[in-house]
Amino acid sequence: MAQLTMIQAITEALKTELKNDENVLVFGEDVGNNGGVFRATEGLQKEFGEDRVFDTPLAESGIGGLAIGLALQGYRPVPEIQFFGFVFEVMDSISGQMARMRYRSGGSQHAPVTIRSPFGGGVHTPEMHADSLEGLMAASPGLKVVIPSNPYDAKGLLLSAIRDNDPVIFLEHMKLYRSFRQEVPEEEYTIPLGKADVKREGTDLSIITYGAMVQESIKAAEELEKENYSVEVIDLRTIQPLDIETIIASVEKTGRAMVVQEAQKQAGIAANVVAEITDRAILSLDAPVLRVTAPDTVFAFSQAEEVWLPNAKDIVETAKKVLTF
Amino acid sequence: MAAKKSQQFDPVKTLAEIEEKFEMFQILNEEGEIVNEEANPNLSDEDLQELMRRMVYTRILDQRSISLNRQGRLGFYAPTAGQEASQIASHFALKKEDFILPGYRDVPQLIWHGWPLEQAFLFSRGHFMGNQMPEGLNVLPPQIIIGAQYIQATGVALGMQKRKKDAVAITYTGEGGSSQGDFYEGINFAGSFRAPAIFIVQNNQYAISTPREVQTAAKTVAQKAVAAGIPGIFVDGMDPLAVYAVTRDARERAIKGDGPTLIETFCYRYGPHTMAGDDPTRYRTSDIDSEWEKKDPLVRFRKYLESKNLWSEEKENEVMEQAKEEIKAAIKKADAAPKQKVTDLLGIMYEEMPFNVKEQMDIYKAKESK
Repeated sequence: MAQLTMIQAITEALKTELKNDENVLVFGEDVGNNGGVFRATEGLQKEFGEDRVFDTPLAESGIGGLAIGLALQGYRPVPEIQFFGFVFEVMDSISGQMARMRYRSGGSQHAPVTIRSPFGGGVHTPEMHADSLEGLMAASPGLKVVIPSNPYDAKGLLLSAIRDNDPVIFLEHMKLYRSFRQEVPEEEYTIPLGKADVKREGTDLSIITYGAMVQESIKAAEELEKENYSVEVIDLRTIQPLDIETIIASVEKTGRAMVVQEAQKQAGIAANVVAEITDRAILSLDAPVLRVTAPDTVFAFSQAEEVWLPNAKDIVETAKKVLTF
Repeated sequence: MAAKKSQQFDPVKTLAEIEEKFEMFQILNEEGEIVNEEANPNLSDEDLQELMRRMVYTRILDQRSISLNRQGRLGFYAPTAGQEASQIASHFALKKEDFILPGYRDVPQLIWHGWPLEQAFLFSRGHFMGNQMPEGLNVLPPQIIIGAQYIQATGVALGMQKRKKDAVAITYTGEGGSSQGDFYEGINFAGSFRAPAIFIVQNNQYAISTPREVQTAAKTVAQKAVAAGIPGIFVDGMDPLAVYAVTRDARERAIKGDGPTLIETFCYRYGPHTMAGDDPTRYRTSDIDSEWEKKDPLVRFRKYLESKNLWSEEKENEVMEQAKEEIKAAIKKADAAPKQKVTDLLGIMYEEMPFNVKEQMDIYKAKESK
């Protein structure tokens, strides 16, 4: 089995599905000959031709609308938005159009589009490149939102996303692209959307998280173990829809929970998870459900990035508040 | 030594020269006379009569829709009178396999493409069954976001090109829509891919109340095609033969692999923007209305057909009666549709219901069974 980075696992998934399904099309800015600015589509145009893997003019709304039109001709488009900070340019195509395709057609049409896009802090990108905007997507009925935390999951989740008949926003954390390798099987496998993964079992506290914060949460859990706390870490993998069963089962077991996200605090995924827990399991709770998030500012690119981003230390600190409440 | 001015590129002169070239294309004048014989599409007598029949029918549909709306029997409605040549004659150049991406005023083209009237009425009432297009009907329901259909049309056209279909995607917006980013992205992407698309801008002079001059400094919308590197044409949108001819030509080019065309139809809507409270007297005078009424597409086409002995008052009355009957029957059918429920909507959000939708389905099923 090959040791792959997350970006290599993503390329493999794209290659697998381009091979499997002639209706899969990969397109976006610089994804053709150049193989994408992060090389996610490296070699794909050469292997599958310009008809299946192609560059578009530089306009995100255009890319989104193109995907909708191609879906109406029976294709399974996998467009790339070069950086997810550019999503504001394509909000109508995503939230206003493809998310509503079933509604607008009275259920007679659908838009099996998978939008891939890099995001996330810690790699010193310019402004509007790193912001965690998944909350915007999760607030749009009709979309699914997936954020893998490692190479193995990235491949299995991307294959599921492309095969899904609803539009999926597939967000790839830039810091995870090449930060570590993992064994990734060459054969195809899928990981179901909407299923969380218990990364680490524990009995005292449930940390519910996703994306790059999974690594930080595991680090924090290991730190807390030294002080004899048994911490469970749940990687949501899909943030819309949530895997409510896994979350609630864990909270009912541990009686204490916290949610960790890289996004700013206001109106985000973490708030949604907290609300679901209090709706469904308040009598199992021995402490308030706290959150570790970034502050409510726009992404602090470059200068204050390291302080702005939540880390294992922040998680340990908040975990102790929950554990000792 | 300073370069001689005559040798320099003169951007002001170049612009003036380009704008001058976008003259209005016309075949049939206001008097119903052919003024451009070499461009005459020479439609058969049957086709000429059919085109007239559809325009008369559509005018009646518009009148009835307005009155049904006033009676509270229709919901959202954008009047179409005055735009019959732009809408019906451009559609007349299409084939069944062509795909229409309409704006919200473009209900008539969908109906002539095969959208059952009662479904158009259900759409107007916001009922999701209105939008369930019959199998094989190549259309999207009317788009509400101005211009969004333009870039989607490029996607459909690119898909047709990849599928090697002998068909085109055609989309409609107004001159207000030509100010949107999606308009430029749509025509530019289509040009870049040489996609078989036809982009129609029905320049009806006002985007709600905002006059044409406020939308752009460009003399015509059609000339915007130049920047996208595609052909553009400025056509008399009250002249059915001219609109038909340019759309037919655009379709032929697209099918041949010569890419998209932008068509600006210069026209007028007699009615308000929509039936939701717009009052045109706040931004137009009755003098302007009557100037445009002289150009009416039905009047000039009737004159032309009468001069060829192809039309009569009797024929026109027949069409009007038929339209009224069919509209009456369609409204009856629409009335019989079951009331839309929240559970209907919950059921079509995803292919499979996620947990939250499932839970809400149970809640609303209980509410609706009370």
